[in-house]
Formats: sequence, structure tokens, C-alpha cells
Amino acid sequence: MTRYLSPWTYTQAHPLERLREKMDRMFQDFVVGFPRAGGSGFFSAPAYPALNLWEDETNLHAECELPGIRMEDLDLSVAGNELRLSGHWKDEKAEGAVVHREERASGAFSRGVTLPVDVDADKVSAELRNGVLTITLPKAKAARPRKIDVKCVAR
Amino acid sequence: MSTAVEKRPASELEAAERKHDRPWFHPSVNIHETEEELVLTANMPGVESDQIDVQFENGVLTIHGRVPERQRDGTRYLLREYSVGDYHRSFEVSETIDAQRISARYLNGVLTLHLPKVERAKPRRITVAVK
Repeated sequence: MTRYLSPWTYTQAHPLERLREKMDRMFQDFVVGFPRAGGSGFFSAPAYPALNLWEDETNLHAECELPGIRMEDLDLSVAGNELRLSGHWKDEKAEGAVVHREERASGAFSRGVTLPVDVDADKVSAELRNGVLTITLPKAKAARPRKIDVKCVAR
Repeated sequence: MSTAVEKRPASELEAAERKHDRPWFHPSVNIHETEEELVLTANMPGVESDQIDVQFENGVLTIHGRVPERQRDGTRYLLREYSVGDYHRSFEVSETIDAQRISARYLNGVLTLHLPKVERAKPRRITVAVK
């Protein structure tokens, strides 16, 4: 995007400069942010675990890849139809080690997602296995599809 | 210290490795070097420990993890930000690594490889005798 030259002094605060910066960032995120497996998530920012969400008749299911996370590093909470997931990766670097490559996510992360239906927070369960977190959220009774009997009235 | 482990571009992988149609991924890795060894950690969540393959041949280290599909076809996704597939990545390893002593461990979805350096590659402190 070319800079906009105007008779006025061109400063950082110029609205078109802000637009240019936004466009640059958007382009960066799009080009760089293809889904990468292994905990890097969709965006390159380290603290963004990607989430998969699906449903069946009775439950919502959420799944997240969190390699290297232990149960004690994880915080999971459910309120109404909001699911919040946060935690941090432990720093594993040995003292004085030289870093040749550092692609794995690190630091803290926090992710909230609004669920399409209310869930029964008391009955939510989660399992962390081989770096994959699977959360089962039973739908609140009112949210479950109920079969409604249709009575045929003869006229 | 010079880099003892190089990444090989995906295009150089054998055609045999691409026999499946599912997407496959390069796992993200960290490579740290100490005086004793190189430590490579790779994010490979969703693999069973007996489904990991670590091969070292002709100076090339290859890691492969088979990831079974976790959801059936026809799953009603509400949000799908990532897909699931096998992990595969190769590295060129220099002769400063003692290939016989490479060890691997898989825990919490992370594969950790220890690549010890050969004795002569370790920095040695030489004591100076003073008469």
C-alpha cells in the first residue's frame, strides 16, 4: 500500500497510516497463520490453542491439542454457556543451552468460547491424554432436543 | 556452536511416505544445544507411544507418528479450527552426534530426543601444569 502524501504533515496518527498498519497485520496473519499442528494454533501468536467443537444429542464436545501441558498447568471453567480454558507451558530449557530452533508454543494461554447452548456445568468432564484435551459438556435439559408427540385430531 | 541438526525441505521426502490421503503435518520442534548433547522436542499430540517411529539412516533423522482419526465421519462440528493427521519430519544430523546413543521419550504428547555429541565434539578444558 503506498503512502498517502498530503499537503499536511504526515504523522503516525494519520488515519490512513492506521489503516495501512491494520492491512499489513491482516495480511501477515493470513499468510502466516495456516493451521499448524502441534499446539501452534491457527494464528502464529503462541497463546492460542486451536479448538474443535462438535455436538450430539446429549452433549457438546470440545477438543484441544495441548502437547506438553500437565493437568496442574491447566485451568478449565464453565459458566452457563461460556467455556474458559487457560494455562501455561512450563519452561523446559536447560541452563545455558543454546537455542537453535524454537517453534513450539510457550508461555501462558487463555481462551474463551461461547457455546451455542447452555450446558450443565456440574456434569462437565475432561480428559487429558497424550497432549489432547477432550471436554464433554452435557447439554442442559432444556437445551436437549425433545421429541414432541404430535397428536392427530380427526376432524 | 554450529548447528548440528538441519531441517530437510518437505519436497525431498520419499514418495513412499506420501502414500496416505490424509493431511499430514510437520510437528513444531524446539532444538536446544548444551555442551553434552542436542535436545529435540517435537509437539506430537494424539499419538500412542507404540505408534512413534524414530529412524536414523545415512545421517538423516526421521520422526514419524501415526495419529488415528479421533472422530467418526459425519460428526456435527460447530467449530473446526484444526484437523488431525500424522506427523512426519526429517532432519540432517552432522557427524558430531553419536548416533548409537540417540534416545527418545514420549510424554504428554511431546516427543523428546536426546542426541549426545561424540566425545571429541565436546569442549574440553585443558589444565595447564605449572612447574
